[in-house]
Formats: sequence, structure tokens, C-alpha cells
Amino acid sequence: MSRLEVQKTYKIYIGGKFPRTESGRFYPVKLKDGTITNICLGSRKDARNAVVAARNAFEGWSSRAAFNRSQILYRIAEMLEGRKAQFIEELMAVGDSKASATKELEASIDRCVYFAGWCDKYTQLFGSINPVASSHFNFSVQEPTGVVTIIAPESPSLLGLVSSIMPVIAGGNTCVVLASENSPHVAVTFAEVLNSSDVPGGVVNIITGKEDELVEHFSSHMDVNATIYCRNKHLNLIKENASLNVKRVSDWSDKDWYRDGDDPYLLLETQEVKTTWHPIENIAGAKSGY
Amino acid sequence: MAKKKETKLDFGSKWDYSAAPESAGHAEIKKEYGLYINGKFVKAEGGKKFASTSPSSEKHIAYFAEASNKDVDKAVKAARKAYNEVWGPMAPKERAKYIFRIARLMQERAREFAVLESIDGGKPIRESRDVDVPIAANHFFYYAGWADKLEYAFPGKTAKPVGVSGQIIPWNFPLLMAAWKIAPALACGNTVVLKPAETTPLTAMKLAELIHDSGLPAGVVNIVTGAGATGAAIVNHPDVDKVAFTGSTGVGKIIQKAIAGTNKTATLELGGKAANIIFDDAPTDQAVEGIINGIFFNQGHVCCAGSRLFVQENVKDIVIKKLKDRLSTLIVGDPMDKNTDVGAINSKEQLATINKYLKIGVEEGAEIYQPNCTLPKKGNWCKPTLFLEASQSHRIVQEEIFGPVLTVQTFRTIDEVIDKANNTPFGLSAGVWTDKGSKIFNLTTKLRAGIVWANTFNKFDPTSPFGGYKESGYGREGGLQGLSAYVKLN
Repeated sequence: MSRLEVQKTYKIYIGGKFPRTESGRFYPVKLKDGTITNICLGSRKDARNAVVAARNAFEGWSSRAAFNRSQILYRIAEMLEGRKAQFIEELMAVGDSKASATKELEASIDRCVYFAGWCDKYTQLFGSINPVASSHFNFSVQEPTGVVTIIAPESPSLLGLVSSIMPVIAGGNTCVVLASENSPHVAVTFAEVLNSSDVPGGVVNIITGKEDELVEHFSSHMDVNATIYCRNKHLNLIKENASLNVKRVSDWSDKDWYRDGDDPYLLLETQEVKTTWHPIENIAGAKSGY
Repeated sequence: MAKKKETKLDFGSKWDYSAAPESAGHAEIKKEYGLYINGKFVKAEGGKKFASTSPSSEKHIAYFAEASNKDVDKAVKAARKAYNEVWGPMAPKERAKYIFRIARLMQERAREFAVLESIDGGKPIRESRDVDVPIAANHFFYYAGWADKLEYAFPGKTAKPVGVSGQIIPWNFPLLMAAWKIAPALACGNTVVLKPAETTPLTAMKLAELIHDSGLPAGVVNIVTGAGATGAAIVNHPDVDKVAFTGSTGVGKIIQKAIAGTNKTATLELGGKAANIIFDDAPTDQAVEGIINGIFFNQGHVCCAGSRLFVQENVKDIVIKKLKDRLSTLIVGDPMDKNTDVGAINSKEQLATINKYLKIGVEEGAEIYQPNCTLPKKGNWCKPTLFLEASQSHRIVQEEIFGPVLTVQTFRTIDEVIDKANNTPFGLSAGVWTDKGSKIFNLTTKLRAGIVWANTFNKFDPTSPFGGYKESGYGREGGLQGLSAYVKLN
């Protein structure tokens, strides 16, 4: 007698846990072999719960040593590499060829390694000590913007997801991500990778569902500091909603993620610049400065 | 127990200073100023104009042209033409020399600019002379040098100008804000259409004359005067590539929404409600000086003003006593007098707004304190004001007043004060007063604000980026990071 395969339930990822959507809704995605998978149809409430989780995780994640964040991002790459076969299989199940699935997965792993390396370097490169004319020590350094919502590319579903998340969390932000609608399986599996990579719960939250439903909540939530948009339907709406609380908006709709993803300037888009001043003592006219 | 009698500094009339007015005779003011478009001073369409009045003497200053949509269109066309034909193609090192020249001219005419700034805007001459004008000139000087070095500013990228920049500036630092906006735009190869605030157009038009004298090619900088409608015409003009705005968060949001459906980029420098935090180990006298400077500098018309004071509970009494003492020595009055600490409120409208908040504060139950000082009879004036016993939910604590009004709250622990300080939609600046270095860095990393002054306040420099977190806007002005707003990277 042949053995019956155990199928996976695809769920969303909020605050380090894998709940079903609170709405109880689903949408079917048909695989190449005809199998139907039921995917969580994420709701407004899911998005709001995810923002709460991301906000709660922000202080801890942003105040970690950059070196520690670097190691955790590298750990994501290690975990991805270890589950290579599973990801390739999932990408092929939605229609990719083996060659293209392998290429996408390998590029995704390399993207994680690339941004892992940036964590403790970008402030050195883009920060500055400013030679002010008065007797003060003055320096500028990047700090994370806060909670970022990301509407990840529809495709490539894995590389696009990884490429839009990595620059955001490398810089100490936390995020809520909407996965590819038609190829969401790899996003859920990627959440499992995150879950086993020492990425604290709430740093990355992944929701599956429809852009048309969720774009409004992703862009109008008052406790979200920035929105990254990687598709091409709702940019104007997002920019308009952003004005409610002066969100920063990044338009990454035209990126070729194989070509354009290795770029520290993507990381800078969810960074603020903080400038600190402190007086320098002057005694008997002996000046010093930087 | 009988209440101890409070001792108070009393210098009687010995504290009075003789008047030390700056002479205004040197500064020339025309009867009427036109728009500066395409290198020429022209009347507005249909000859529309408005008057500017001194907020201190209430005297008429001059008439200024009120630019219509058509006038703005002419200015944008001139800027586009200059961008395509002259400024864009010009060798960067030649661009640099023009900007250096503007800086030098401003240094040469510094006294004139300072006098006019105080007459038109109401700020004390000491501030215009020592802060506004020199930093404005230095801004041009600083950014001039960047023009031919942009390849080093953006490693791994090629920086190209954005194109035509539409710039709208407020009335609190009229000349300085013009410099903050024009200098980096020009250095990166952009051309400019700038609109000063309607209550303070004088130094902007003087700057137009200076730019004209510098020989800068026609159309590279265009300056149009007018009110909100003129600003809207700039923001909504289809051929403007970038909007740079400094002003209220309310208007900033309108601008962000207005350009949502376009490819325009923006930098927004909006409102603030800065926490100024004083710990029990801070040198009290220095801290009190810093608090006074933090809120009463420029009558509190400062987006980064330290308008929320947080005092550690165990030093509350001494700090408040010293604050009150210091308040009573502040000289409020003629902006042109070199002794003046607090000048005139910029406009009748702004005075009404401040008075509205004074009323709200009292109604909310905060305890108001104002020193016994005499105010001039004519003009717009507001006594330096403290609100004691203020609490986090008060509107005077949550909303930007933009006047000489300081709310005072207390705290016990560091975590508590960080929470309170960050509990605001704004995030422009913050101040920390303590003698302990490690405490400073603990706070400066946790305060969600673009500028943190530790044991100092309200310091500005061309090399130092300025700009906010959250609803205080986005983008930076000043320094290396201030270049990003005016380039496209490839």
C-alpha cells in the first residue's frame, strides 16, 4: 500500500506565529499538477495585527547591534540554502522550470548574504562627522524609519519578496509584507525560514491575500512610517494615503530584481538621518574641533 | 508649617538698559518690488500687488507683486529654459563659481540684509545679524564647493540634477530658508522658482537683486511673491520636477497629496514639538540658558523650538525658580534694539493663534506664568510664557503653537521621559541636558527626532543636516545628506 503524502497548510505569519487569517477566508491557487491549495485571504484585521506586532518588535530589533543583525540576516541565507530543494519544488509547482526556479532561489540566497554584509557598514559609508563652524562635535547617522509596509512583487515571487524585505530589515526596520497573490507558497515557506533564523517574531510579518483589498490598509494605517510598492496598479493611491501621516513612499515597481537588487541605496530609502550636537569645551581660547 | 517666603531677584531700575538701536538708514527699501522672472523684475499680471507691514512698528514697508498662475507659469518656463540651455549643460566648476560669488555678495551686504530681516519679520537684530544672515551666506559658500564634487557624494552612482525645483518657504527665517533651498538646488544643477511667505517677502526680493548683480544667467533663479494661491500654482505646475517646502504639517500633507498622482519628488520640513529634557545632574544654570534659548529664540517661531520642557522631578523647584527669574530679565520689544531678546510676533494672525493657545492652556488647567514686562504699544507682542503643571494630553503639549510658550512637565525615570518625549506625531528635534555622557547617548539614540542637541539647543550649520522624522517631514537640508534631495541617481 502506498503512503499518503502529508500536505502543508499555508498560513500567514504574524508576530513570529503562524495563525490562519482571522477572517477565516481563503482563496484557491491551482498548482501546475492540478492540485488546489487554499491560501489565507488576509483581511484588514490581519494587517492591523501585523502592524501591532511590527511596532512591538521595532524597539528591540532597531537597538540590536548592527553586527548582530548582520549575523541574523546571514543565518537566513544559511537556512534558505538548507531548504533549497523545497523552494525549487514550490516554485516549479506554480509553473517555473527547474532552471529558472534554481536561478531564482540562488539569487535570493545571495541577496540575503549581500544585505547581511551591509548591516554594519552603511552608516560608516553614508553617515558623517560634520565640521561645523562653532565649537561643537556634530555627527549624522542613519536610523530606521520604523514600521514599513511592503507590497512585494507579484513575480519573481521569492526573489522579489526577499529583495524587498532585506534592505528594510538590514537597516533595523520592522515590516508587514503582502506576498505574491498567485505564487504565495514560497512566501509562507520563507516565513518558516525566518522563524528558524533567529529573526525575532514581529520583525517580518507576511500576509497572503489580494492587493485590491489590502492596499488601502497598508498605505493608510497611522502607525506605519513608510510604504514600499513593488507592483504597478495602486501607486497613486498609496502616495495619496501616505499624506495622512507623512509616510515615506518608495516606488520599486520597475526593478529588475536580478539586476537592481544589490544596491545599498535601497536600504537608505527606509532610513532617517539623525544629527547630534554636543559642545566642545574651550579653555583660555584654546579651540578644538572636528 | 508656614510657607517659606520666596526670595526673588530684584534689581529695580538698575536692570534697565539704555536703548541701542541699529541704524536702518543704510538699508534701501524700494516703494514697490516686482517678480524676478527670467532675469528681469516684472510686474504681476494685471498689476496685482500686496503690502508688507512691519510687525513691530506697524509701518508700511513696501508693495510686492502678487503672482498669478500665469506669472508662475512664466517663471517655470524660464527655469526650464535656463535648465535646458544654460545651467544644466554648464561645467560644474563654473556653476560652483557663481554660487561662491552669491555667498560673497551676501557677506558684503550682510548688515543691510540683517536690518531688513528685522524690520520685515520682527526678529531681534542680534539674531538676524549673528544667525540668519551669516548662516545663509555660509550655506551658499558650503554648497558652492559641492557642485563639482558630486561624484564623491554618491559612491557607486552617477548624480544627475532633478530639473526645475519649486520652493516654498516660511516667514520665520525668510532669508535663511531661501538659502537652504536655493544653494543645494543650484549646486546640483537644478533651476529654481522660489516663493517667500507673504508676510516676509522683503529679503527674498533683496536676494533676487543680489542674484541679479551676481550675473547668474537669466532664469536659473526666479523669485515670485504671493500668498497660498501662488504656492499652490508652483506645486501644481506640471513642469515642476521637485517641490521643496518648509512650513506647517497641515500644508505639508496637502502638498504631499497634491503631488501623489505625479512623478514629482518632494522634501518637506514641517512642524515640531520638541522635547527639551533636563536631568537632575545637569548644570542648572547652563540648562536654564539653553531652555530659554530653545523656546524664546526668534519668539518661538521655530519649527525645532524646544517647546516641551521635561524636568526631572527632584530638581523641578530650582529649575522653575531659575526659569522664572531668567524670564523676568528678558527684554521684549523693538527688534532693531541690540538689547532685545524677544522681538515682535510675525503677524496679527500668528498672534491670534498664540493667544488662542494661551486661552486653551488656561482652560485645560495648566498654570500660566508670565513675567512683568512692559510691551510696546504698537505692534504684535507676546510675553514669554510658561505653562506649569502641563500634562501629556493637553492640547498645548500636543499641538505646535509656534510662539514664545513653553509647557513644563516632570518625570522620574529615563524610560518615562523617553516615552513622553516620543509620544507625539512630530519628530523634528529634541534636547537633552545632563552631565553624564553615557546618559546622553542612551537618550540621543532613543529620541525619535532628526536633530538632537545635547547640552545645547537651536544650533545650525550649513554642514549639519536638518530635517524630521514622522510628521515633521522627510528629506534633509544641509550637509552631505542635503544633496540627495536635488539629484537623481543612476
